[in-house]
Amino acid sequence: MRPATTNALLEVDGVGVRFGAVQALDQVSLSVRRGEIIAIIGPNGAGKTTLLNVISGFYHPSEGHIRFEGRDRTDLAPYDVAALGIARTFQNVALFKGMSVLDNIMTGRLLKMKGSFLLDALYWGPAKAQELEHRAFVERIIDFLEIQAIRKTPAGRLPYGLQKRVELARALAAEPTLLLLDEPMAGMNVEEKEDMCRFILDVNREFGTTIALIEHDMSVVMDISDHVAALDYGRKIADGTPDEVRGDQAVIDAYLGVSHV
Amino acid sequence: MIDLLYGAFVGPFRDMLTAPTFLAEVLIGGVAAGLMYSLVALGFVLIFKASGVFNFAQGVMVLFSALTLVGLMERGVPVVLALGLTIAVMVALAFAIERVVLRPLVNQEHIILFMATIGLSFFLEGLGEMMWGANVKKLDVGIPDESFKMAGILINKLEMTAAATAAILVGVLAVFFQRTKIGRALRAVADDHEAALSIGIPLRTIWVVVWSVAGIVAIAAGVMWGAKSGVQFSLSLIALKALPVLILGGFTSVPGAIVGGLIIGTGEKIGEVYWGPLVGGAIENWFAYVVALAFLLVRPQGLFGEKIIERV
Repeated sequence: MRPATTNALLEVDGVGVRFGAVQALDQVSLSVRRGEIIAIIGPNGAGKTTLLNVISGFYHPSEGHIRFEGRDRTDLAPYDVAALGIARTFQNVALFKGMSVLDNIMTGRLLKMKGSFLLDALYWGPAKAQELEHRAFVERIIDFLEIQAIRKTPAGRLPYGLQKRVELARALAAEPTLLLLDEPMAGMNVEEKEDMCRFILDVNREFGTTIALIEHDMSVVMDISDHVAALDYGRKIADGTPDEVRGDQAVIDAYLGVSHV
Repeated sequence: MIDLLYGAFVGPFRDMLTAPTFLAEVLIGGVAAGLMYSLVALGFVLIFKASGVFNFAQGVMVLFSALTLVGLMERGVPVVLALGLTIAVMVALAFAIERVVLRPLVNQEHIILFMATIGLSFFLEGLGEMMWGANVKKLDVGIPDESFKMAGILINKLEMTAAATAAILVGVLAVFFQRTKIGRALRAVADDHEAALSIGIPLRTIWVVVWSVAGIVAIAAGVMWGAKSGVQFSLSLIALKALPVLILGGFTSVPGAIVGGLIIGTGEKIGEVYWGPLVGGAIENWFAYVVALAFLLVRPQGLFGEKIIERV
């Protein structure tokens, strides 16, 4: 087990989540270092998405603590977590389907816009100048993710692979410190997966964004991550470098099943 | 038999062509009434979009705001100040509703929130009557209920003012929704709650804002209808007329609420005037519901509503 290092950006400490009789997470501890790409793997129902939901404030743990940048933030609501600099994408793409791609990505800037929500409605001039400034930033992201051609298309009409990319763009628009990606490559073909891998690596390298992702495709996980944590039945069963985790007997058992001879 | 066919398919159109000024007057009356329906429907749409709650209390909010305004004016408060205070009351109400009704019931079934709004409507009705009394009140906003002629067409001043105000309000709301940061946040919440939370939109603030806006829209509707027919309990029933408008326009569409209101408003006036004699009148009372029923059969999502697709 990896000791908690001092440069940990996020520390999950003994977190447990229970839904009725189901213990979705059980005493899970995890340390995410600043600047790394960590992959969370595990069979279906292992608690990966639950862990992500806990980190992003959608669920609150029944036990344990979460520290982000050294401060405890266990009980914050999702929008407060977002304000701390944690952005996320969802397993089943959650875009604003009726809005254009550009508008979708602009919503990601909401937190970066100054001024109160209520005042903004009454206050025209500065709001407009601000809007242009944010628009310029969003255009950079659009270029970065190579989605110039679809900027005016309503998000709901895009093919799945592109929707995932737009969702990533919206998360990036918030300039997050920590980016949580829930199966960013699910349902994609090989080419789309390669693109997505490249984007994730570029984001990590160019913006220094720390990334935690859930992924099933082992070759992808081994290729892009610095750090891998494996869950099974709500417990962490392995934690280390990709090579360490790949060779771990508990992980192999979880994926292939154990023969009880 | 021939007379009946003539009365249904020929006579009305002949009447329209032979007296175009009268037709114009009927149409203007219809548009004016339609815009007022739109205003009430708009209040529903705003709340439904942002919180998925069908606000049964919207009609009572119309009554409550009108009662508050009249009550204040009866106690000698000048019109402008009374209007400002009424707005303040409706915003305060929005805060209270978020705190007392919505927050404890978040993530409950829609039907539970719907029932909560039924409770809210009884509460508001009672509160309004307790504070301001139950008798019919005359609301005089300083616009005379008289008519003038323009290009040979008789136009009612009050109706014109009401229509113009409704049109301006609708325009302002459209800009608010499309162009401002908070408008974008509102659309985001309407589209996907989870995603909206993940990008840091404070849901509670948004709810307070939509309920406030719905309250202000209710004031506008209350003033218009109140000035026309007095402030009384039946004001809350115009919400019933908004229901067919919503079915026609779609529950989630702002333009739908406007167009739906106009179609219902003009449709029922024209039906009443030209086809009324054929069936012995009173078409105005049921026209909206028959149109709504027809729409439910052919296009249940309404003119502008999101298409209902069930994944199987």
